[in-house]
Amino acid sequence: MKTDIEPTHTPAGTPPRIKARSTGRAGDKIFLALSRGSGIALLVIMAAIAAFLSYRAAIAISKDEANFLTAFEWNTGTEPMKFGIAVLAYGTVISSIIAMAIAVPVAVGIALFISHYAPRRLAAPVAYVIDLLAAVPSIVYGLWGALFLVPHLTGLYTWFDEYLGWTGIFSYQGGAARSLFTVGILLAIMILPIVTSVSREVFRQVPKMHEEAALALGATRWEVVRMAVLPFGRSGIISASMLGLGRALGETMAVATVLSPSYLINASLLDPGGGTFAQNIASHFKEANDNGRDALIASGLVLFVITLLVNGAARMIIARRKEYSGAAA
Amino acid sequence: MSNATITKNEAGASSLRQARLPRWTLPALVVVSAAAGAGIGTAAGLGNTLQWGLIAAVLFILGSYGLAAAVEGGRQAKDRLATSLVWVCFVLAVVPLVSLIWETVERGKTVLDGYFLNHSMEGVQTILPGGGAYHAIIGTLEQVGIATLIAAPIGLLTAIYLVEYGRGRLAKAVTFFVDVMTGIPSIVAGLFILSFWIIILGFSYSGFAGAMALAILMMPVVVRSTEEMLKLVPNELREASLALGVPKWRTILKVVLPTAVGGITTGVMLAVARIAGESAPIVLLVFGAAGINNNPFDGAQSSLPYYIYEQWQLGNEASFNRAWAAALVLIAFVMILNLVARGIARWKAPKTGR
Amino acid sequence: MKQLQRKNRLRAVAAGALAVSSALVLTACGSDDNSGGGGGGKAAKAGNIKCDGKGNLLASGSSAQKNAMDLWVKNYGAACKDTKINYKATGSGAGVQEFLQGKTAFAGSDSALKPDEVKNSKKVCTGGQGIDLPMVGGPIAIGFNVPGVDKLVLDAETLAKIFDSKITKWNDPAIQKLNKDAKLPSLKIQAFHRSDESGTTDNLTKYFKAAAPSAWPHEPGKAWEGKGGQSADGSSGVSSQVKQVSGAISYFELSYATANSIKTVDLDTGASAPVQATVENATKAISEAKIKGTGKDLALDLAYDTKADGAYPITLVTYEIACDKGNKPGTLAATKSFLNYVASEDGQISLKELGYASLPTEIATKVRETVKSLS
Repeated sequence: MKTDIEPTHTPAGTPPRIKARSTGRAGDKIFLALSRGSGIALLVIMAAIAAFLSYRAAIAISKDEANFLTAFEWNTGTEPMKFGIAVLAYGTVISSIIAMAIAVPVAVGIALFISHYAPRRLAAPVAYVIDLLAAVPSIVYGLWGALFLVPHLTGLYTWFDEYLGWTGIFSYQGGAARSLFTVGILLAIMILPIVTSVSREVFRQVPKMHEEAALALGATRWEVVRMAVLPFGRSGIISASMLGLGRALGETMAVATVLSPSYLINASLLDPGGGTFAQNIASHFKEANDNGRDALIASGLVLFVITLLVNGAARMIIARRKEYSGAAA
Repeated sequence: MSNATITKNEAGASSLRQARLPRWTLPALVVVSAAAGAGIGTAAGLGNTLQWGLIAAVLFILGSYGLAAAVEGGRQAKDRLATSLVWVCFVLAVVPLVSLIWETVERGKTVLDGYFLNHSMEGVQTILPGGGAYHAIIGTLEQVGIATLIAAPIGLLTAIYLVEYGRGRLAKAVTFFVDVMTGIPSIVAGLFILSFWIIILGFSYSGFAGAMALAILMMPVVVRSTEEMLKLVPNELREASLALGVPKWRTILKVVLPTAVGGITTGVMLAVARIAGESAPIVLLVFGAAGINNNPFDGAQSSLPYYIYEQWQLGNEASFNRAWAAALVLIAFVMILNLVARGIARWKAPKTGR
Repeated sequence: MKQLQRKNRLRAVAAGALAVSSALVLTACGSDDNSGGGGGGKAAKAGNIKCDGKGNLLASGSSAQKNAMDLWVKNYGAACKDTKINYKATGSGAGVQEFLQGKTAFAGSDSALKPDEVKNSKKVCTGGQGIDLPMVGGPIAIGFNVPGVDKLVLDAETLAKIFDSKITKWNDPAIQKLNKDAKLPSLKIQAFHRSDESGTTDNLTKYFKAAAPSAWPHEPGKAWEGKGGQSADGSSGVSSQVKQVSGAISYFELSYATANSIKTVDLDTGASAPVQATVENATKAISEAKIKGTGKDLALDLAYDTKADGAYPITLVTYEIACDKGNKPGTLAATKSFLNYVASEDGQISLKELGYASLPTEIATKVRETVKSLS
């Protein structure tokens, strides 16, 4: 990595040690120009991406014969094009909600486990392992999801169907468990490590004084957690969840491997069908013609905006709470 | 209350203490509920051990709550309930994660050997066993290397600009766009390069195209983490250096950066680890190849995430085995990067004065 | 302090140098030579392969011909060390698209180019257009996974209704009628179709349209139009689902059925006996095919509604699509040389055990002539 820093030395063009006498103002200018230049370069790249994507998306939407927001189809191969993001938006949101509903409580539980419950000798390694798991590539989760998780969920789904099938949401017709609910479970497992490690950071920063004060008043451990730890960590948990949500929304390959896609919305979460923005792009970019690709870009832009809003919300929550500074990292 | 206190007397508790469950109850309850879970599971004919586990977990929680409520009172019971819930969370989370690792190792090791590591898939009939992931490893190393070479300097310099110089509108705009950039879904970054670089500008599929998408994803991460680290450098250091008449750029190079170098390196390596596992843009951009292509700028390449996806898609036992083995290689690669990054962070930590 | 820093920097530089050099060492030690191990196997005798051209050929498309392509590439690569063929099985739709974008030397597709695709191809083929060259045929097997059932006979109408979710249980009277002796379970049918645009889907739906028009109200095409069912990506995707899921049925090339040992449906075509999905039976149906393409285009008209004894009607012929004129000069020689081998007798003969049917001689001869004339 060090070698990457090295280029910053060269522009000065001087062996720094000997020329220490010189005022170095020229060096200052060059260095400023260089770092500002990078800033501008980054700005330009980003602006170019945003402009390009919006431009292509606008083309696609103007050619769309169906309602872009509400249509339940995706026919981009033929003229006129008819496509809409309703199913994708539904699938993306639903699978992310399921993921959050599973992952956040469990992640907070593990974070509490590590920070307050686990025997000291267990806590450190567990924290470490969870951190490492945050780095497992998503395609590996996808592989595991498709070859291990999906075959093992049929039993659970049949059980759901038996007892909760009357709700309509949890009815299950058999077949491969390649549904939005499976996607939600897989996403939950994927974002668990990141939510856990951020929440854990927050819990670790709870002022010891608060906890000790509560303990001194005779509070049980749970009461300490409820009265001192959770209130302090609430915004941290929220921003951690938002980070996780951001990941869940944009996850691509793992979803593409475990979902059986279609452009229909099923009442039941357990039956196959549906799709997400990212999965749809991954499955269709290769067979899309120019029009089709623009349509996919349009859907990608929507995903981009959603992710942006979520991340922005997370950042606002973090910013509002200055005492806690670790979450942005 | 009193009789419970007497039974606990050997622990040296004073008679003022509340009644407590004896120490052995919880382990006993674990055993009992596990047995009951298995029992009910078999009795109800549930073939899935996962369901047994769930039943056992529920029994354990209810059992501990009930016992505690009866013996120790409501507040303690709630505490017990919370404790068991937290433990259950832990177990619930560990099961899939351990299963993931175990499965990968177990199935990956069947074909992972020296041959696999230094042979490509050239001339291998994909429905038969054989072949390796060497070409994919090379592809990953080169693509990630190029992405790092592009993203790390730009990211570092941008962060320096933001922290050391940045005031005014430009800095705000850059900060804003860095924030925006962190939100780019990886597939969208890939789609951008695909439509712009490959379709409109007419370049061919190459490792470099993939590397550019990875660089887009990496830049904001590097900026963010470097920014954090630079902000941690105490201002006194800068002031002392400037007061000695050292020009600002030399202050940055000689005082600020060396102080923060550990954290920065860690940040960059974590970013590298992150993009090394990125599959979505790669699948769009590198085309994939069976043979070795050492030149990332010309011609189709493979990469480990691509290889895993490709082999999974082929859908037969031999290719699944290759996919698992490649997954194992990829995990090992990413984990090593992570471990090294953390090692550096720990090794350098005292110097940053944290 | 300064010294310490310098030392650290030195160390970092050394680490960098180590990384770079080890990467270099790594680039030197890998091998493309898989002739020794497992799936590498021994390549056929170089014999009649005429090598020409140099470099990498990119091609993509049909997953139906992937297994054949693997073998061709292996044999060709063993003979011609200067050329690497890189075929990516992404589905016919994607293959045609990438060819039309000018990104690949040729495409593999299970359905011939559509008129607007031919029009688009003129942009890529300067002075010419894309043409379809039939290379190999094969039966599309209907694979099923029903516990306790080893042999299953279905006809076009029942099949179409199954895939259109009009028949939903395995013990439906319509199925029972065709299988008097079978013990059919009361199991829900899980019909899997392709989620990507596929020539296999195209051929299957064309068959439905030809043989059971009343039961299949949808237009045939590469994208699935039928109602309900589940989807998976690629022939391999659907076949591995059939293997895993009890009650499943789907369609894929025979080679995927063989590779995954999946049982296949016998078709009641109206011939004297139900026809099994075998290479011979498909060859028989394909031999009735007529060339419908004009000029150098050799697109075939398959007889989906054949009632001949022992002719398996759900077949596909998979094409290579290239430009008749205006192929990219860099890849032309290699493309011709490779396609020439593929269409040659050596290329055709090796495929039977993989579940492919070779072309009728008359068509194969024409293909060879056309390949020679590519420019």
